[in-house]
Amino acid sequence: MAEANYPADLLYHPEHDWARIDPEDPDPTHPIATLGITWYAQDALGEVVFFDPPSIGTTLAKDAPYAEVESVKAVSDVVAPLSGEIVEVNDSLADSPQMINEDPYGEGWLVKVRLADPSERDALMDAEAYTAGLGG
Amino acid sequence: MPTAPCRTALFDRHLAAGAKMVEFAGWEMPVQYEGVRQEHMAVRNACGIFDVSHMGEIETAGPQALELLQRLLSNDLAKIQLGGGVGEGGGGDGVGGGAQYSVLCREDGGVLDDLFTYRLDAERYLTVTNAANHAQDLDWFRAHSGDFSKARVTDRIDDYAMLAVQGPRAREIVQAISDAPLPPRMMAATRRLAGAEVLVCGTGYTGEDGVELLAAPADASALWDELVRRGALPAGLAARDTLRLEACFHLYGNDLSIERGPIEAGLGWCCKEETDFIGADAVRATREAGPAEKLVAFAIDGPGIARQGNPVVGGGVVTSGTLSPCLGVGIGMAYVPAARAAVGTRLEIDVRGKMRPAVVREKPLYRKA
Repeated sequence: MAEANYPADLLYHPEHDWARIDPEDPDPTHPIATLGITWYAQDALGEVVFFDPPSIGTTLAKDAPYAEVESVKAVSDVVAPLSGEIVEVNDSLADSPQMINEDPYGEGWLVKVRLADPSERDALMDAEAYTAGLGG
Repeated sequence: MPTAPCRTALFDRHLAAGAKMVEFAGWEMPVQYEGVRQEHMAVRNACGIFDVSHMGEIETAGPQALELLQRLLSNDLAKIQLGGGVGEGGGGDGVGGGAQYSVLCREDGGVLDDLFTYRLDAERYLTVTNAANHAQDLDWFRAHSGDFSKARVTDRIDDYAMLAVQGPRAREIVQAISDAPLPPRMMAATRRLAGAEVLVCGTGYTGEDGVELLAAPADASALWDELVRRGALPAGLAARDTLRLEACFHLYGNDLSIERGPIEAGLGWCCKEETDFIGADAVRATREAGPAEKLVAFAIDGPGIARQGNPVVGGGVVTSGTLSPCLGVGIGMAYVPAARAAVGTRLEIDVRGKMRPAVVREKPLYRKA
């Protein structure tokens, strides 16, 4: 998408990741969250050409890198906004990594994670706080 | 000591076109406009225009200009013809002549820079330097000019903006604003383009046909606007890098360095030891003994992109790596032990801990079908 966009229903990490915690999850103590990178991150990277997903079952530690996305220019770490265990990866990105640019909050999602500690969400930002941190 | 980066004459044009700017070799340069892939394909299929004004120029003139350049540069500059097939049209301040690629070596054969030299006139040559090496090259030229009292070395970096117009439509677009036929490949001549006096060079760094234009900085914006209006798509340094890597052209600082010689880099073809250039003895010795390692082109077999600095398993290192927009796979160049440099050799590259299989390929990696 060409224009900057930060949906209000997401949580944001300062390393330019987003998380969407499923409010309907039958297990509210360990709900599933979908993770991805923000519009700002994909814009800074440029055209994403390769996403190397971690395996299902991999444990994520909040604030630690868990995957890599590559643009033509460079490779960047993706940082986990929350801790948990990967239960699903977006396999379609193997053939169409450009979805990370075109639809970063939709078809460009990266992984789904069973959260270890949903209270970690309190350390994340809402869209307003995140965009304020991006500066001018 | 941090200093503000230099800006080219086209800085405002880049901002207006929405370029992402980065600092490169002390210059604030456009890395991309709309997107690398689009810019890359425009050069392969139609025409792109690059601002490469960060590159430097050194003029060597006088009765001993040729002698000095023979001492400094690895190629045989006596072979650069004067005029020759480019006519004398365009008025200008010289008749123009041939273009030649060479390397600048230290005594031990280590490469200080790789450069194009254009013959401007009977006793006048213009050598284009890499931005990061310009000041050092100039010092080197001057330091060695003492033995050649009838050769003058002049820094011309402030006198030229440089635009590269590249792609199958490039000549047609530039020809339409030129007062005379453009010089052919590997020739240079002065022409008037949309009224401005420009040194038009039949050279490039993309593997496509096209020209490079050396113009007065004051004329650069009007020239840029006119060429863009006629269909040249602004392209940034990122596309320049993917294009040159598909074409297997060396990038100084990646594939060439003071640590290695031209024979290792596969540039023996532009070294003429009989001209007795500085470093000729070292180059001759390596040529005769055979280099311990060679620069190869490779393609990754499967997913993944190798990057500069990734080790090759069993010895060697990747010096350039990217995803090839035309081939759709990771490509690059690497120094490997000479025994493993043959086309078809299977390599394994350690890409941040993941072993990626790769195959040594013929150069260039991309060739027009």
